[in-house]
Amino acid sequence: MILEFAWRNIWRNRRRTAIILTAVVIGVWSMIFLGALMRGIADQMVRNGIATLTGHIQVHQKGFQADPSIENRIREPGGIRRVLEETLPAKSLWTARVRVPAVAANARHSAGITLVGIDPPVEKDLSFIGQAVRSGRYLEREDPRGILVGEALLHQFETRIGHRLVLMSQDTAGEIASRSFTIVGVYRGEMESTEKAYAFVTREAAREMLKMDGAVSEFAVLLPEEEEAGPVAAGIRNGLSPDSYEVLTWREMLPLVSAVLALYDQFIFLWYVVVFIAMGFGLVNTVLMAVYERMREFGLLKALGMRPLRIVGDVLLEAFFILGIGVLAGNVLGILSTLALKTRGIDLSAFAAGSEFAGLGRVIYPTLELRDILLANGVVFVLGLVVSLYPALRAARFTPVEALART
Amino acid sequence: MNMVECRDVKKIYRQGKMEVQALRGVTLSIEKGAFMALAGPSGSGKTTLLNIIGGLDAADSGTVVVDGDTLAGMGQGDLADMRLRKVGFVFQSYNLIPVLSARENVEFIMLLQGVSPRERRDRALSILEEVGLSGLHDRRPAELSGGQQQRVAVARAIVSGPSIVLADEPTANLDSRTGSDLLDMMKKMNEEKKVTFIFSTHDRMVMDYARRLVLIRDGQVDGDHPRE
Amino acid sequence: MTLLIAWRNLWRNPRRSVLTMTAIAFASTLLIFMLSWQFGSYETMINASVKIQTGHLQIQAPKYNEDRDMRRVVEKPEEIGKRVSTLPGVAALTFRANGFVLASSRDRTYGAFVVGIEPEREAALSTLKDITRQGSYLAGEDDGQALLGELLAANLQVGLGDELTVIGQGRDGSVAATVLVVKGLYRSGQDEFDRSAIHIPLSTFQDVFSMRGSVHEVVILGDALSRVPEVKKKTREALRETGRDDLVVLDWRELLPGLVQAIQMDLVSGFIFYVILVVVVAFSILNTFLMAILERTREFGVLLAIGMKPERLVRLVLAESAVLTCFGIAAGILFGVLLTGYFQEHGIFIPGSTEILRQFGLPERIYPRLSGLSVTLGPVLVFLITLLTALYPAGRVKRLRAVDAMAAP
Repeated sequence: MILEFAWRNIWRNRRRTAIILTAVVIGVWSMIFLGALMRGIADQMVRNGIATLTGHIQVHQKGFQADPSIENRIREPGGIRRVLEETLPAKSLWTARVRVPAVAANARHSAGITLVGIDPPVEKDLSFIGQAVRSGRYLEREDPRGILVGEALLHQFETRIGHRLVLMSQDTAGEIASRSFTIVGVYRGEMESTEKAYAFVTREAAREMLKMDGAVSEFAVLLPEEEEAGPVAAGIRNGLSPDSYEVLTWREMLPLVSAVLALYDQFIFLWYVVVFIAMGFGLVNTVLMAVYERMREFGLLKALGMRPLRIVGDVLLEAFFILGIGVLAGNVLGILSTLALKTRGIDLSAFAAGSEFAGLGRVIYPTLELRDILLANGVVFVLGLVVSLYPALRAARFTPVEALART
Repeated sequence: MNMVECRDVKKIYRQGKMEVQALRGVTLSIEKGAFMALAGPSGSGKTTLLNIIGGLDAADSGTVVVDGDTLAGMGQGDLADMRLRKVGFVFQSYNLIPVLSARENVEFIMLLQGVSPRERRDRALSILEEVGLSGLHDRRPAELSGGQQQRVAVARAIVSGPSIVLADEPTANLDSRTGSDLLDMMKKMNEEKKVTFIFSTHDRMVMDYARRLVLIRDGQVDGDHPRE
Repeated sequence: MTLLIAWRNLWRNPRRSVLTMTAIAFASTLLIFMLSWQFGSYETMINASVKIQTGHLQIQAPKYNEDRDMRRVVEKPEEIGKRVSTLPGVAALTFRANGFVLASSRDRTYGAFVVGIEPEREAALSTLKDITRQGSYLAGEDDGQALLGELLAANLQVGLGDELTVIGQGRDGSVAATVLVVKGLYRSGQDEFDRSAIHIPLSTFQDVFSMRGSVHEVVILGDALSRVPEVKKKTREALRETGRDDLVVLDWRELLPGLVQAIQMDLVSGFIFYVILVVVVAFSILNTFLMAILERTREFGVLLAIGMKPERLVRLVLAESAVLTCFGIAAGILFGVLLTGYFQEHGIFIPGSTEILRQFGLPERIYPRLSGLSVTLGPVLVFLITLLTALYPAGRVKRLRAVDAMAAP
């Protein structure tokens, strides 16, 4: 019945409760929805990074990360293949690539790019390129002269599918190798810079051009959703000689992204606290008003023998109900509005150059994460109850004589 | 042993810069099962005395012993317990919790005492029947007349099984017919359950009902008249 | 008189009034601080980009900015330089030429940009000289010498004094090739910048790439960001006067569309956050406004009964809300300015952000910047929304009828 009592008390002044509830609902909704947007942005950066060839884990010749040139290629890839087959969890995908800095040129333009030699069928499921080809076609294993370029590069070079592109890079003998490729497909990346940076050919074509024999530049691993990259990487490291090889997780390969992630964690938390403060004032005031309004009743309760602690508990219980309803409604609204936006996302094409500059993709998808929701709810409940202590303690301090004397 | 023993009780109120001597040394013994009235004009200190006996206020000096408990040394928590278990209150107005029904108001005190839900319900319904309100137990105070509200208050005061019921001007807001009905009921409770009743009043009718009349004037006892 | 009564009425319930004022002050302070932060960081970012890359204005051949075609040149740049550098508001001026080459060291080959600069003039305009950390900066006669970004040097595995062969395409389509000696290495902190360019004297560039004395960019630095539009106009006029209006004048906004849009995005998203926050605060304090009215229903009834006009009463009520709000905002502005002012002096250090800031060319600490705009926008928003909030209870007062009101508890 204590619950009944507290519950009914909230609704004594319906309008007042409704108003503070509105504040809480809007506040919680904004925590969830905007939090999901911020999380989406951060997530996007991570996924962009990982999908754009980084993968979850990479294995290189030692020194390749600092100096990604052909000098630091993996000359004997067989041993690594074995280790990967043994240590990787089921449903992992992995591939070996050639990756070298190169210059692409045609009659009118030249630019520095990164030439990537891939195993087309395996790469398809592993990185973004498998789904990114928008016109022309994807590469096949038997594609000695085919090349995939990004849309932005196509425009930059003022060329078309079917035209030639010359690629130049340093080969294993230290000479400059050059080979002419034909553009067979054009891809669209999350960011323009990706499209301008990467050109894809088959691994065999790259090897042939650069006189690499059986060597590769890197192994890239994509783990199934649930696996954490750190422990798996450690497992691979154990199987390989640390003097010859380096095993890196995406966090190590993309320190900027990791930093941004951490920053966003802080931003999201800060937003929660700020919104809470905004609604906190109203909460304290509302509970305070309700308590003062019921001064006589609290005096009566004390006269009847209710202990002060129980009175505090009752006021806190009432605050808890208000918070509870507000949080529930806010959560529902927040989750619904996020889901509504989830498939379409927010289109940033009006700010295309800006989002490129900031490292975002063209579309932002809000992302709901349980820990964000739990944190938001936690902040509201915990701080809400803390802030309600003040009026609760006041209620317990009404002496029955004063209270009842007010006729 | 007497139910209430007051010895030289003094109480001063400070209102801003003014000091009011509410009680100037009251000595009074009240026997078990008494049905007595403290009568006097307003400002005489009768309400103050009642509040002190009930543990709602503390005397500045003197001793007060209620049903064996010496109030002077008791802390807030102990006094609250005493009020819960030994004392029942009926106030002039605003006795009931507005959001609870009559039955729930009566159950509430038993809830505080830790009585089980089933027993609470049974006892509440039974006492409400005794005070003549059996059909109205689901109504909220706003839906009850003044007299009915006071009956619920009495029911609540009684149901907790107290040794004393303190009633501060319980008939002040009622018409004479309703008032006398209320007093009849309280007298019945006093005779059947042997609960001590102490009234504070300036209503002639209440004084007539009382078996003992103690007159209070200017903070002191000004007369003590048993009546039969 | 109304104001006096309004003021006194506020203090009937001091705790409630103070809480409400604090809520309003909080919102105002926060907005002032955040807006100053935003504006301050924009300014820093713009200045950084301007100083490192583009300058405030550039004179180029049409379409050069889009396709960077080697053949789109600015002929006879000295004439233009002489004319434009005398314009009021111009702080510095220099020329640049750009090309793309294959750079080979002994062991490595990489693609890179080559930029021909006038060392002395460049030093007055950009930070290149300051960020040259190893070796020494270029001097005018340093034919064949080059400055490299540290990352590029690392990739090419060259150090001071090493040789670099560069091959590219000249203006006339011929092969442009030469050997350069590394004189100095620079580090800007922005990886993109540090691994992509080689800086050589303009005379060397013009020679090697057959420029015939032309350049690609005339780079202009103004006295201040705010004077740029004015300088742009004057520059255009100057070009027209000297018969060179075949050339275009671009300002930093056109040269850095990414930055401009990123700032716009930030403003828009900031605005959304702020509005939501103020709305929450508004609902938060709506109850206060309501309560202050409702508990005086009887009193209002009496006032109406003795002959006060309803409009007068409404005005009184609104005056109370206005006074409350204004005090809250005043307090908010005071704290906002103090808080922001403190950080404007000392800067804000956000742990974990150093790396990211570096990449955008920003210093380690962010300095918020108080301005007329940042101090007023926030409070104005708070004021408007709070006043809107106050309208609801005022509307209720308007509809009071004396008799009913006096009967209220």
